[in-house]
Amino acid sequence: MLEGNPHYQRRSRHSKQQVRNLQIKKRVAVVGAGMTKFMRRAQETGKELAFEAVRQALDSCNMRIEDIQSVALGSAPDAFDGVHMKGEYLLDGAGAWGKPYSRSFVGGGTGVFSLIHGWWHVASGLFDTCLVVAEEKMSSCLPHPQTAFLTIFDNMIERPLGPNLIWIFALEMQRYMQTYKIPKEQIAQVAVKNKRNALDHPSAQIAQKVTLQDVLNSEVMAYPVQRLDISPVSDGACAIVLASEDVARKITDSPVWIDGVGWNLDTTYWTNRDLYFPRYVANAARMAYAMAGVRNPRKEIDFAEPYDPFDYKELHHMEGLLLCRKGEAPKLTAEGVTERDGKLPVCPSGGLLGVGNPIAAAGLMKICELFWQLRGEAGKRQIPGDPRTAVAQAWGDLMQIGTVVVMRG
Amino acid sequence: MSKHLQKPPGVPLREEDFEAQRVLSVMYRPKMRYSWATGVAIGRFLKGLREGKIIGTQCTHCRRIVVPPRVFCEWCFRPVNDWVDLPDTGIINTFSVSYISTDTTRLKTPIIPAVIEIDGTTHAGFLHVIGEAKPETLKIGTRVKAVWAESTKRRGSITDIRYFKPAEWKP
Repeated sequence: MLEGNPHYQRRSRHSKQQVRNLQIKKRVAVVGAGMTKFMRRAQETGKELAFEAVRQALDSCNMRIEDIQSVALGSAPDAFDGVHMKGEYLLDGAGAWGKPYSRSFVGGGTGVFSLIHGWWHVASGLFDTCLVVAEEKMSSCLPHPQTAFLTIFDNMIERPLGPNLIWIFALEMQRYMQTYKIPKEQIAQVAVKNKRNALDHPSAQIAQKVTLQDVLNSEVMAYPVQRLDISPVSDGACAIVLASEDVARKITDSPVWIDGVGWNLDTTYWTNRDLYFPRYVANAARMAYAMAGVRNPRKEIDFAEPYDPFDYKELHHMEGLLLCRKGEAPKLTAEGVTERDGKLPVCPSGGLLGVGNPIAAAGLMKICELFWQLRGEAGKRQIPGDPRTAVAQAWGDLMQIGTVVVMRG
Repeated sequence: MSKHLQKPPGVPLREEDFEAQRVLSVMYRPKMRYSWATGVAIGRFLKGLREGKIIGTQCTHCRRIVVPPRVFCEWCFRPVNDWVDLPDTGIINTFSVSYISTDTTRLKTPIIPAVIEIDGTTHAGFLHVIGEAKPETLKIGTRVKAVWAESTKRRGSITDIRYFKPAEWKP
């Protein structure tokens, strides 16, 4: 198919060249993290949520806003809030008054990308500290924020067909399932696991004990996608404090290092791609692994937080992150390998399916989880065996971007 | 969670309270209208549909034939000038059986959205819907053929193809 085309392969090798050309001046550490509750409808405004998350993050590393030299914010479409220039709207709550500040947005990939965005501020040597903030308030949009999402479909030749956002997931899931003959039970297992993992997360929105049968019997939205395969609509915010190596060592005894970053986009002509494998995630992962010196991700990665807005996406992304062979992720999940005490814990936080999915904040929540797990501060969620290396990933736009970060404790 | 963060901040509101307006809120409904120029490539594609034809493009460099057509090849990043008339048959690349409409209202009769790989292309196609088919008989690889609107009713829109229906294999 397309991957067999030598021309495509030539172009996809670019990510390796990009890594070789990188001039990274400073090693960057995460020194603090904070997050609000994730909830269906928050009383707080987006600004207030951002403020609370930032305050938690600063308190966690005993820093003041004066110690922050730059601010990188991530937030998804303005249409959710009905507020144009959302970056500017959120500025004050994000602690960016009078500071170099910018907002990035790459759809669902925004949360992890905002960390890459902030990482570059410090890695380049331009700033010693950077505050990364991700905020989302989806509940304002009525009757349902998926209406705001709909405009991602092509305005000329797709929207007249009356699409629904869930269609693209259903189409991708179907292609993935039929390519590898995956039974729905193995995919539903992810929802069971993540919702259970989230029971130990104090911020979680829909942590619950569900059985495999509950998932399989839930309402069919767009086959094969059922109600319990989907993450909820959420409000929430997360914040992370970044510092360069020399500064980080003064702030904390246990910084968590960002050793590799990668991102990659596939074409917007999504009907011209084979959806069974997210090759853009693989390209992003290869870029991040090369930077981090990870040669064999299957052996070297201790746990992973792939993006799981739908249960099959976790499996899809495990394969994209090269943590297993293509089509093997459902089997590993069924065998319990990805449980918190398994050989390769996946989404120990509870993921988007359990903790909630405030788009940009959900991605940064995964970075928070890596930070807490690698510092041994995850409490009841702590993975046994002192994990050292982990990968977080987010995904979005029109099923076309992978954003990947490798962190070490 | 971190020892610094035992009780995460944030006050969840109950949906009932919000709907019953026991919580103060401000309503706003934007009124905006758009008129999009179709562009060169999609304009030609839509004109083709009005004439009952599916039009694609071929890149002279990588030889890839694609639909929807474009005036550049995103792989080679070169201009594309070769327009190709394609048949109105293809195979189902992937499909879903959707019980929800655009605004998430529930449907008794499901819609079957599908990506149709058009014959003669390099595994390229576009989104459309399947009709005249029982969902349980469909699978990836099922052959389909376009069902066109009457020529007088076609107006240069993707809906000039009403739907694709399963078709017999004709080599």
